[in-house]
Amino acid sequence: MTAGSIHAAAGPAGDFHAAALRRDHWRERLGLAGLAAPALLLVAVTMLLPVGWLFSLSFLDDGGALSLANYRRMLAEPSYTRTFVTTFEISLATTAICILLGYPLAYFLSQLPRRIANLCMIAVLLPFWTSLLVRTYAWLVLLQRSGLVNSWGMKLGLWSEPLQLVHNTGGTLVGMVHIMLPFLVLPLYGTMRAIDRNLLRAAASLGSTPAHGFRTVFFPLSLPGLTAGASLVFVLCLGFYVTPAMLGGGKVTMVSNRIANDIELFFNWGAASALGVVLLVITLVVLVLAARLSRGADLFGTGH
Amino acid sequence: MGWLDRPASDTQISHRARLWLYALGVLVLAFLALPTLIVIPMSFSQSQYLEFPPREWSLRWYEAYFASPSWMAATATSFKAGFCTALLATPLGTLAAYGLHASRLRFAGIAILALLTPTIVPVILVGIALFYAYVQLKMVNSFLGIVLAHTMLAVPIVMMIVGSALKSFDLDQERVARSLGATRTQAFLRVTVPQIGFAIVTSAVLAFLTSFDEVVIALFVSGGDNATLTRMMFLALRDQIDPTIAAISTIMIVMTSLLLAVSQLLGKRDD
Repeated sequence: MTAGSIHAAAGPAGDFHAAALRRDHWRERLGLAGLAAPALLLVAVTMLLPVGWLFSLSFLDDGGALSLANYRRMLAEPSYTRTFVTTFEISLATTAICILLGYPLAYFLSQLPRRIANLCMIAVLLPFWTSLLVRTYAWLVLLQRSGLVNSWGMKLGLWSEPLQLVHNTGGTLVGMVHIMLPFLVLPLYGTMRAIDRNLLRAAASLGSTPAHGFRTVFFPLSLPGLTAGASLVFVLCLGFYVTPAMLGGGKVTMVSNRIANDIELFFNWGAASALGVVLLVITLVVLVLAARLSRGADLFGTGH
Repeated sequence: MGWLDRPASDTQISHRARLWLYALGVLVLAFLALPTLIVIPMSFSQSQYLEFPPREWSLRWYEAYFASPSWMAATATSFKAGFCTALLATPLGTLAAYGLHASRLRFAGIAILALLTPTIVPVILVGIALFYAYVQLKMVNSFLGIVLAHTMLAVPIVMMIVGSALKSFDLDQERVARSLGATRTQAFLRVTVPQIGFAIVTSAVLAFLTSFDEVVIALFVSGGDNATLTRMMFLALRDQIDPTIAAISTIMIVMTSLLLAVSQLLGKRDD
């Protein structure tokens, strides 16, 4: 029942009751919204306040006076620039590889009969729900000097000396692609499944070759899912900590690792929080741009 | 081999022309599934170097795990924290999703956005911010501290799952129940909850896993007697590749798969 219908039913004599009912109606709606209060309180106390507090530190200098010293140092010191460049390079490379592997996979799955596709989906969902630490550990074991990849590669005669496959940028990329791929495939698969197949039949009946039909009909229709998935992957990559720390062997310093180092090794809260502010701002800007680009597509995918 | 030349899709491409797609699809699926699965047989290897296939099978890494008081204590902490997180985050997230959905207030959108911030803010920032706050409150290394942090991470996940279930639920059913004499609470508990029950159970399982698998916050705010399993694993891996972790990983993979399989089966029965 809406406020309008209450009013209409009341008639001229019932104005007093109508007002009371409307008040009740609003009270009820506010009461319902109030059910979110405990959750909001928790998020405010354990997240918004501490992060706000942390960020306020970035605007103080060593003596506690208001200043932009932390930000000026970030601009002046080339090592900070390098950290940001590394973060962008790794995030972009991960996103690009995820697109190259994930688009064909999602297309392949979308072409299978639903029952078989659901079965194959287990292979996508299994890593999705397995602990990130366990998966990173798996790569550490597989890629180490005496690991499976090295021993099989040498057995097959592909290379003769054990290669350095982990504790470097390459190892970090492999681990990150493995972790992020489901985040791209799930929304993309959902979008591809929703494309009307009759459009492709129409294109074919009008004489388009398979490749042409794919390029001019299917691909543009799958783009919202691709932008949604790719931007989600990119944003999540920006904040990665565990995988570069474990597979990078100290050679891959992303912003998150730099923040942790500033705290753990140098107790430099100002520098760490200034980095945090910049990281969050970049994350938000990318999210807003992505939402603009993929308007209408569900950023969190349909795979849950 | 006639099927190779038959049209494979609506674009009339033949199977032969896109064999590469099938090959690539299977390879990428293998890339996704195999690395985690291969840890399982390796964990039963006798050797320090975790061979595959193991030349000699043994349970020594499982024995090492179950015989170690520190691994056991950390495992207990992680289970307790996961359990408490699910117990707190499920009702909090469900109530928030239901209340904001049913109220249909304009301000609900802002509240939802605020509740989703934990999924957007890089977790390292939450970790050090909480560490900073907990130091002032003398809550570093406390059990309560880690449970509150994990509950905050799990609430948006519960909200997204329950919220999407509510979208396909017709709230008029509650109005019918209330017009027949049920109170608001009765209508919610006896009409709405049974119908979104599957989503609530799924979200409780995921809330548990969110806490159980969480590394970064645990790294900063848990420790001492209340160190979590993931914290210990991460610190152990920074120094060397400890084969005990292969045994722990196997247990975690089996546990996750079982939990999700059970929650899926419960959902199948509901339909």
